[in-house]
Amino acid sequence: MIEVKNLYKSYEDNYVLNDISARFKPGRCNLIIGQSGSGKTVLLKSIAGLIEVDAGEIWYDDQKFSHMDTKSKQEIRKEMGVLFQGAALFDSLTVEENILFPLDMFTDQSRAEKLDRVNFCLERVRVSGSNQLYPAELSGGMKKRVAIARAIALNPRYLLCDEPNSGLDPETAIVIDNLIKELTEEFQMTTIVNSHDMNSVLEIGDNVIFIYQGRLCWEGSRKEILKTDNEALNNFVFATNMARQIKKEV
Amino acid sequence: MLWLMKLLEQIGIYMLLIRRTFSRPEKHSILYRQVVREIEKIGINSFGIVVIISIFVGAVITIQVNFNIESPLLPTYLVGLTVRDSLLLEFSSTMMALILAGKVGSSIASELGMMRITEQIDALEVMGINSASYLILPKIIASVVFFPILCLLSIIVGLFGGYLVCVTAQIIPPAEYIDGIQYGFRPYYVSYALTKTVFYAFIITSVSAYFGYHVKGGAVEVGKSSTKAVVQSSIIILLANLILTRTILG
Repeated sequence: MIEVKNLYKSYEDNYVLNDISARFKPGRCNLIIGQSGSGKTVLLKSIAGLIEVDAGEIWYDDQKFSHMDTKSKQEIRKEMGVLFQGAALFDSLTVEENILFPLDMFTDQSRAEKLDRVNFCLERVRVSGSNQLYPAELSGGMKKRVAIARAIALNPRYLLCDEPNSGLDPETAIVIDNLIKELTEEFQMTTIVNSHDMNSVLEIGDNVIFIYQGRLCWEGSRKEILKTDNEALNNFVFATNMARQIKKEV
Repeated sequence: MLWLMKLLEQIGIYMLLIRRTFSRPEKHSILYRQVVREIEKIGINSFGIVVIISIFVGAVITIQVNFNIESPLLPTYLVGLTVRDSLLLEFSSTMMALILAGKVGSSIASELGMMRITEQIDALEVMGINSASYLILPKIIASVVFFPILCLLSIIVGLFGGYLVCVTAQIIPPAEYIDGIQYGFRPYYVSYALTKTVFYAFIITSVSAYFGYHVKGGAVEVGKSSTKAVVQSSIIILLANLILTRTILG
């Protein structure tokens, strides 16, 4: 489980995170939603330790991650898989080398064992056979899949995804979402997904938190979104007239 | 005063980066592999430019020196002697370093800058890898090891360039040119040139890495950081040249 308690982060006088507290449970897809600039990415990067928060605590199970020394943080990070918005695959390495990378760094497995793991991960995200391709030769959806494969290579306990389906067509986006959900349930990972894609929310949002102007404005499941009377959330989720009409009918 | 504060801040950040760079690498086998790759990228790929520039500069210095000392009172072997000392004392170390600052420095800054803006450096960090050590240390080792070889190559090829022009343009008899190269040779000059080159190698890679590693923004900032890397490392090389020459040659 990942827990954040009373997180604050400001840039100059502008509070990007203002007293955010939330719990993200394992085996479920925890979604952070909000408008662009609402603080979602800052929250996710703070949880990953890429941004130092001004105040508050971040817990990974029973370990307090915030204010940990670099060495201890590195140990927790080895159990963390992160999927970045732009996939962040290493350009100079092939698909196979990208997935081998964390295995080379942190395991003492034989070459054959590592390659088995690479092929298992690629198969799991359904891009088998792309081992020798370079990231520049992959489509957006394939890049995301390979990035997921790299993120799960070390069997992480925590999976953090920053807008995993941005820039993808709706059909591919749903495929990626379902893949994340499947892997989360299969490996019982604590997964946090940052998204502003409503299809994702309604497809995989087991637990959804809505950030509005740096504050946690609403929390619930995807089913509860359909019934909520939270105005800010309704304006965000059901932004079009047609969506509002559908909600009324539901 | 503001510029001084900014300068001190920059020096501080540079020092912190260097400290992180020289911390213990994750795995020595991976460091070794990276160093070999960097030797190819930084060193072997610079062979061509070093050979072309040195051969032409050697030839031009020969013509110019001959033109300037055309006097019956001065022996013609002085041409070879002057070419040799010009190459040894200044061209093959300092001038070549300035040229390599343009080629290698801009390439390091833009490579790291692109890695930063495409979140590849963040990806390394969240895997629990010291990105500075993983990315920068192999570049520094490769250049410190290989730049002296390039310096020696430049000296040899430069002298050969002078010889070629003596043979083809019959400026002075080639035998006298060779006599001049051997006359009053002080091996100490070679170690002086190599010592300077080691310092320059460190300056070029670390300063360029500093600018690339700390890029914020997009492609335009990567371009700017690359330019800054070349300009600043060139200035520091010239400053180091003055200090080293004063220290070593007194």
